[in-house]
Amino acid sequence: MSDLFQDYAAAAGRSAAYDEMFGPGQIPRPEYSHVAAALGAQTLADVTARADSMARTFLDRGVTFDFAGEERPFPLDIVPRVISAADWTVLEHGVAQRVHALEAFLQDVYGKMQVVSDGVIPRRLVTSSAHFHREVSGFDPAGGVRVLISGIDLVRDDAGTFRVLEDNVRVPSGVSYVLENRRAMAKGLPEAFAQLSVRPVEEYPRRLLSALRKTAPPSVEDPTVVVLTPGVFNSAYFEHTLLAGLMGVELVEGRDLICRGNRVYMRTTAGEQRVDVIYKRIDDDFLDPLQFRSDSVLGCPGIVNAARAGNVTIANAVGNGVADDKLVYTYVPDLIRYYLGEEPVIPNVDTFRLEEPAAREEVMDRLDELVVKPVDGSGGKGLVIGPSASKEELEGLRAKVLADPRGWIAQPVLQLSTVPTMAGGRFGPRHVDLRPFAINDGDDIWVLPGGLTRVALKEGSLIVNSSQGGGSKDTWVLAGSDVTAAPDAPAAPAAVPAVHERTSVWPVESGWQEGAQEQ
Amino acid sequence: MLSRIAESLFWIGRYVERADGTARILDVNLERLNQLPASEQHQVAGQLLGIMGSRPETADFGLSELLNRLAYDRTSPSSIAGALGAARENARRARETVSSALWECLNTTWYGLSQHRKDVVGTYRFCHWVLERTAMVNGLADTTMSHDEGWQFMILGRSLERADMTARMLQAPDLLSSGLSWVNMLRCAGAYESFLRTRRAASGEEHAAEFLLLDRLFPRSVVYALGDAERALEQLDPSYQRVGFIDDARRIVGQARTFLEFHQTANLMAELPEHMDRVQKACAQASDAITRKYFAQTVDLAWVGEVS
Repeated sequence: MSDLFQDYAAAAGRSAAYDEMFGPGQIPRPEYSHVAAALGAQTLADVTARADSMARTFLDRGVTFDFAGEERPFPLDIVPRVISAADWTVLEHGVAQRVHALEAFLQDVYGKMQVVSDGVIPRRLVTSSAHFHREVSGFDPAGGVRVLISGIDLVRDDAGTFRVLEDNVRVPSGVSYVLENRRAMAKGLPEAFAQLSVRPVEEYPRRLLSALRKTAPPSVEDPTVVVLTPGVFNSAYFEHTLLAGLMGVELVEGRDLICRGNRVYMRTTAGEQRVDVIYKRIDDDFLDPLQFRSDSVLGCPGIVNAARAGNVTIANAVGNGVADDKLVYTYVPDLIRYYLGEEPVIPNVDTFRLEEPAAREEVMDRLDELVVKPVDGSGGKGLVIGPSASKEELEGLRAKVLADPRGWIAQPVLQLSTVPTMAGGRFGPRHVDLRPFAINDGDDIWVLPGGLTRVALKEGSLIVNSSQGGGSKDTWVLAGSDVTAAPDAPAAPAAVPAVHERTSVWPVESGWQEGAQEQ
Repeated sequence: MLSRIAESLFWIGRYVERADGTARILDVNLERLNQLPASEQHQVAGQLLGIMGSRPETADFGLSELLNRLAYDRTSPSSIAGALGAARENARRARETVSSALWECLNTTWYGLSQHRKDVVGTYRFCHWVLERTAMVNGLADTTMSHDEGWQFMILGRSLERADMTARMLQAPDLLSSGLSWVNMLRCAGAYESFLRTRRAASGEEHAAEFLLLDRLFPRSVVYALGDAERALEQLDPSYQRVGFIDDARRIVGQARTFLEFHQTANLMAELPEHMDRVQKACAQASDAITRKYFAQTVDLAWVGEVS
C-alpha cells in the first residue's frame, strides 16, 4: 500500500462510523481488494492527474447541476463505492419490496382507502399530507402504474446495517450522474475494472423507455413518449437532456404542449403531434394551472384532465408525494406487512412521530442530539442537525415544531458509513449515502445495480446534498456467482469462432482488378 | 421535431456562422487599422462597427473599444464571444437533439473564450482560433448528425448568415477611406487562392467583388449561400406548387438571388453598397418569415378551459 493511505487509519479512528473499504486494522474488505491494489500502485501525482482529467471531462461534457443560476460541475471522486454481490441481493430485494408496498399504498389511498378502514394508519395521516392531491383522487392512471420511477435513499449505520433513510417517489433525480460517473471511471481507473466484473448500468435508459411505453394508454399502438422539463434553469436540467437523449425522445417544456379535447399535443414544425406518455420532471404544484398553482407557467393547462380521461399517462403519477411524506415513512414497515404480508427486508431509521405527546416530549428534551426534518422537504431543505446547531436555531426549531407537530419528524444522528475520498492531496474518510433507482413497469420492478452514492466532501460533515458541497462516487455492484451465470460460462464449450464463407454478392467480379492489369 | 428545438438549431447555425464571419472581417481589417494614424483609426473603427450593424456609444471609440465590441463582449450577440455564447446556450437547450460531439465542441469553445489575451496581437490568435473552432463545429454537424429536418434548419441559418456576412465584407472597402485592398477583401472570405485560380489574369477590385458576389461555385459567395438557403427551404417543405410560392422565405431568398444572378454585372458593381444593403435586408426578412412559419409559439400560456 502506498503512502496515499498513510494517515487514513488515524482519521478513520476519529469517528465511530463504519468504513466501507477498510475493516479493523486497516485491512481492505474483500470486495475492495482489487480497488485497493489498483490505488496502491499509484503515486499521488498519478491520482491527482487522473482526478483532474476526470473533472475536465465532466466540464467539457457539461455534466453539471444548476445552483443559483450557475452551472457547476458535480465533483466525482476517484475511489468507487463497492457493494458485494451478497449485500446487493438483499438491497435489491428490499428496494423492490418497498416500491411494491408504496405502489399498493398509493393505489389504495387514491381509491378506496382500505388501509384506513382496516386501521393500519389513521385517516388524518393521509388527509393532512401536503402532497395528498384530491384533484387526482378516484381514478386510476392510464397505464395502471403510479410509482414508475423511484429512488430509495439508503444509509449504513455504525454497525454496518443498511437502513432506509427516505423514499423518493415523486421526481427522484441523480440517475444521470450514475451513467456519467461510470463512463468517467472506466477511463479514470481502468486497472480496477480489468480484474473485477462490475455490473453495468447503461441499460437504464432502455429499461426506462420500455417501461414508459408499456404504461401508455391501452388504445395506443405506437406511443409517443416525451420528457417534460421545467426548463434550462432547473437544477437537474442536465439529467433531463441526458435521459431524453439516451431514450431518443423529445424533451419538451410546458409551452411546447397544448391540451385540446382532453388530449395532449406538442407543437412541432410539422404541426401538432399527439403525446401519449409524459415522463414528468416537474413538481405537481406547477404541472397544471387549471388544477394546482394558477400562476405556474411551467406546466400545461388541462393536462390533469387529459390524464383523468385516460388519454395520457403521466409518470410518475400526480399526487405521489403522499407516499414519500416523512411521517408516512414511519408507517412503511406496517404498510409492507399489510399489503405484502412480508417482513421488511431493509429496516427504517428509528423515528419519533412528533404528533404523539410522549415522543414529542422526549424530543423536546433531547433536541440538541437529534436530527429534525420537515416531512415534505427534499434535498436536505429545512433539516436541522441538533449537535451542530446553535442555541438560537434550536429555539426557533422548538417553536416551529410545537406550532406544527404534524410537519416534523425527529431521528437520532446517524453516523453514515465512510469511504476513502480524495481531499487535499490524500485520502480521508468521508460520509456517504446511497440512492438506488427502481423502475416499475407494472409487472416487474427492476433495480438499477448500484445507484448514486453521494459523498460529503468536508471531513465529518453528514450533509451529502450537491447544493451543499457534496460530491458523488461511482457505485460498483460486483457480479457474484449467485447473481448471474457468468462464472459458469467459461465451463461451457467455447463457441467456435464463426468462419465467414466468402460469397459473392456484389455484382463486380472479385477478379476484376487482375483482369484490368492484364490489359 | 419540436418548433422550439428547430429554432434553437436554426440559431446555432446563424450564431456560429456569425462568429466565423466576424472573426474573418476583424482579422483582415485589424491589419489595415494598425497601419493608420491614430486620428483616422478612430473614424475607421467607428465605420467598421457600423458595418457590423451597431454604432459606437462613446465619442472616444478607438481600437481597443472596437476589439471589445466585435470580439470579446459577451453581452452582445454581435460580438464573436457573444455569438459563440449564444450558440452554446441554444445547444444547451437542444442538447438531446444535437449530437454529443457537437455539443461538446460548442461547450469547450465557450470555456476557451476567456483564455486569450485581449490586445491586438492576442486578437489575431483569437480570430484564428475561432475560425478553427467554427470549422470544427461545421464539420461535426456534417458528420455526426443525421441530415434530417433539424440539420436542414441549421444549414438554413448558416447559409442566411453567410450571405449576410459576405455582404458586409463587400460593404467594407467602399466605406474605409483608405480603401481595403481587394486582396485583403478576398482573404477575408478565404477566397484569395480560389479567385486567383479562377480568374488568372483578370484581377482587380471589381472582379474580386464580382467573385464574392456572384461566383456559382465558391461557397461563401452571396449567390451560392442564398442558393444553399433555398435548397434547405425546399427540403424542409417540398410541396410543389404550379404557380408561385406559399412560403414567404423562399420567395424572399429566391428574389434576392435571382436579382443578383440575372442583373447586369457592370450595373451591380456601380451600386454595390445599395445592393449589399438589400441582401442584408432580405436575409433579415427571410429569417422573420421562417420564424413565423416554423417556430411560431403562442405568445403566452393561454387558458384552454374546455369541456368534453
